[in-house]
This record gives sequence, C-alpha cells and structure tokens, in this order.
Amino acid sequence: MITKMTVTNIHVIDQDSAYDFYVNKLGFRVVDDIPMGPGTRWLTVSPPDQPDLQLVLFPVTVSKMFPQKIVDTLTDLIKQGVFGCGVLTCHDVFATYEELKAKGVEFIKAPAKEFYGTEALFKDDSGNYFSLQPISNFDDENGI
Amino acid sequence: MIATAYHQKVYLYRRVVQAKLFIDSNYSEKIDLDGIAGEAYFSKFHFIRLFKSIYGKTPHHYLKHLRIAQAKVLLAQNLSITETCFAVGFESLSSFSTLFTTIVGQSPSAYSKRHQQTKQRISKNPHAYVPGCYAYQHGWFENSNFEEVGD
Repeated sequence: MITKMTVTNIHVIDQDSAYDFYVNKLGFRVVDDIPMGPGTRWLTVSPPDQPDLQLVLFPVTVSKMFPQKIVDTLTDLIKQGVFGCGVLTCHDVFATYEELKAKGVEFIKAPAKEFYGTEALFKDDSGNYFSLQPISNFDDENGI
Repeated sequence: MIATAYHQKVYLYRRVVQAKLFIDSNYSEKIDLDGIAGEAYFSKFHFIRLFKSIYGKTPHHYLKHLRIAQAKVLLAQNLSITETCFAVGFESLSSFSTLFTTIVGQSPSAYSKRHQQTKQRISKNPHAYVPGCYAYQHGWFENSNFEEVGD
C-alpha cells in the first residue's frame, strides 16, 4: 500500500535562479543542497508547512537520461509554459497573490472564482506553472 | 462578484502584506508589532485578526516562528549559538534557547551539532544522500554498476 508522496520533480532550466525563486520568493525551505560536480547540484525544497515532501529542482541538462535533443525539446516546452506542476495551497489566495506579485512573481491568471473554488495561476522562473488555491477548496465539505 | 469583492479587499490586503513583508525584512531587528498595527489600521485587534486569517498565525506568532526558522538556517551554516541568537533578533540567549527548544524539539547546540555531523558525512560521501535513481539518471555515480544488476 502506498502511503504518501515523499519526493517529486520540478524540471528547471537554471538551478541558481530556481533556488532564488522557490526559496526567496515562494518561501520554501531548503532540504538538501549538495554539490554533484561542476554546474549541478542535488537541490530539494519543501513547502513551509510540509517538510516531509521534497520537491527536487531538477536541472534540465545533458545527462545519461537526457541527450541534447531531449534537453532542447524539454527546455522549449518548459519555456512555453506547457507544464503544470500542481496545486499550491494557502490560507488566502488574494493576499498571497498580492504578496507574490510584490516579490515579482508573474501571474498568468489573477484570483478568480471558478466552479471548484477561487484560483490564481502563476509561473516559476523557468516557465512551469502552478495553481494557487485556498486550502478551503480541499475541505471535505467541499467534496474534493 | 468576486472581482468586486477583491477590489474592495485589495487595499486591506496590501497593507497586511506590506506588514508581513516588513517583518520578513526586519525580523533581525527589534520590531514593534503594535507600531505596525497602528500604522496599518485604526484597530490593532482588526489587524491581528486579518493577519491571522491570511497567514494562519498572529503577527507575534509569525515573527517568533520566522526567527526560529532563520536561526535553523544560521546554525546549519555553523554560526555560533550566540551569534545566531542576536542575528535573528533575540536580546536574550536564554529566551532564544527556550523558544528554539520548544519549537524545534531540540536545543540549539544539539541542532547545530547534528547538522555539522551530517554535513561532514555528506562531504565524505555525497552520493549516499541522493536517491540512487536520481544519481544514476544524472550519471553522478563515479563507478556505477547499475547496468550489471539487471533482471
């Protein structure tokens, strides 16, 4: 029986820039930051209230699994904003929207009421996008 | 409707957000939370209530947790306990140690020691701290024998 998610990936184009975005703008905590040779590192972060979930800020660089052609295609798709990386929750979407905007985060959708609840959409520094929703959207009483 | 509600609230939100960002930037200094509330609102209690509804903590509670979170970062970087205490805005070593222990579950010295030991182990064998599947995917194993362990 699977019990929980522990590690998941976010493919990023530049790890230094991703560190700044996820740590200094989103307020995530660094879990691991281990050099793995020139130009790359094992970099994982966690949402502030979820220390047991690590997001790997995974660099899209040429490696055993990623030949140059894949790196080029993946980089292009990330920059185009093709990849949604999930839902991040907060107490209040409107306030979080204001805070992240003040920090320079680019929103592709301002907070708006949808049939499933209030939602905003923003991009990370690479081009991946996230849905931002109030935690109340996921309360049992809302049927999700 | 939601746009109207949002525009009605946006002014209040921006004030609370600015207060929170002020705390984020100035946690290492002595912060007068009552003063922040006074500048932002007529009612201190209204400010606290709104702050808590947005961030899930009162400003005072938020500031305490922010300081301890930053202390963890500094201790992990091997700053001394005294340096860390004052760097994150505490004026008393004992109050810092007590609060740190309450929130983190271990004393600052125990936390620091554990982190330095972990850092030493990581520097000696970094691959042991990366899931093997990732290290393999990136070719981080110097002498990987994964290919030889097929079915």
